[in-house]
Amino acid sequence: MAINWFKYSAPTTFYGLAGKLIPYFAWAAAILFVIGLYIGFFVAPTDAVQSEAYRIMFIHVPASILSMFIYLVMAGYAALGLIFKTRLSAMMAQALAPTGALFAFISLWTGALWGKPMWGAWWVWDARLTSELILLFLYLGFIALQASIEDSRRADKAGALLAIVGSVNVPIIYFSVKWWNTLHQGSTIKFSGTSMHIAMQQAMLAMLIACWLYAIAVTLARVRSIILEREANTTWVNELPEMKVQS
Amino acid sequence: MSWADFFAMNGYAFYVWGSYGAALLVFAIEIVMVRHRRKVTLRELRLMRDEMGEMEQGKRYDA
Repeated sequence: MAINWFKYSAPTTFYGLAGKLIPYFAWAAAILFVIGLYIGFFVAPTDAVQSEAYRIMFIHVPASILSMFIYLVMAGYAALGLIFKTRLSAMMAQALAPTGALFAFISLWTGALWGKPMWGAWWVWDARLTSELILLFLYLGFIALQASIEDSRRADKAGALLAIVGSVNVPIIYFSVKWWNTLHQGSTIKFSGTSMHIAMQQAMLAMLIACWLYAIAVTLARVRSIILEREANTTWVNELPEMKVQS
Repeated sequence: MSWADFFAMNGYAFYVWGSYGAALLVFAIEIVMVRHRRKVTLRELRLMRDEMGEMEQGKRYDA
């Protein structure tokens, strides 16, 4: 069966599709958060070195991974919009930015709360932390730039350039613990395997997928508003069932 | 292990709960903001559409 993917790249059809998908992603995220937190707090054993403080890992690592991953997806959509002039791509990039920024914030916040008891410092200006902070600023810069340009086509273009250029920062964050001397510990999960206890791995994986599904759900919900704003005064928007209800 | 022990997190309660509490708060705020945005957008679009409709009506009466 051939699925016409281009059909879903039109804002009109994507609006309806997104609306149908949101509850599935949201519930799956909620269930996995509960499972992840249960394993992370009740099954995973106390760490020999870090005692209970290591449990911050189950939110810190997924949030950090998502902050980088969302940036790459955002830059990818922005690039698609720039090259193929597809309207939906630019809207998706715009919808992803706030969620990415919030994950970057959670990463920095939980990192500070983990760093204080383990290193004795809330913050150090080392490569890993500084490049993650730059990632947060790139997100905020993207949001501010798009908001400051009235014409949406020009705003998309300017935002896309910033997003694409800024994406060099992502590998810098990822490899920073290898390239430079740092207080930050190396990756716990490597391509060659991991030294983690099995329950810790399960908790981390559940939380990572939960964060990922949450990000999809909230981005789809946001992009629906963006589609409505940009397609205002078109017949299909004016004839939507949700437009019939009087406020 | 008692619940009191659990919440104490062996002395790391502030750091552990401060992390998860902040994450939960961020998610909650984001969900509220996304819902609010949808409500506001729909309200504005309805107003815009109705005003356009009234202008159309006005034109018809003028003619």
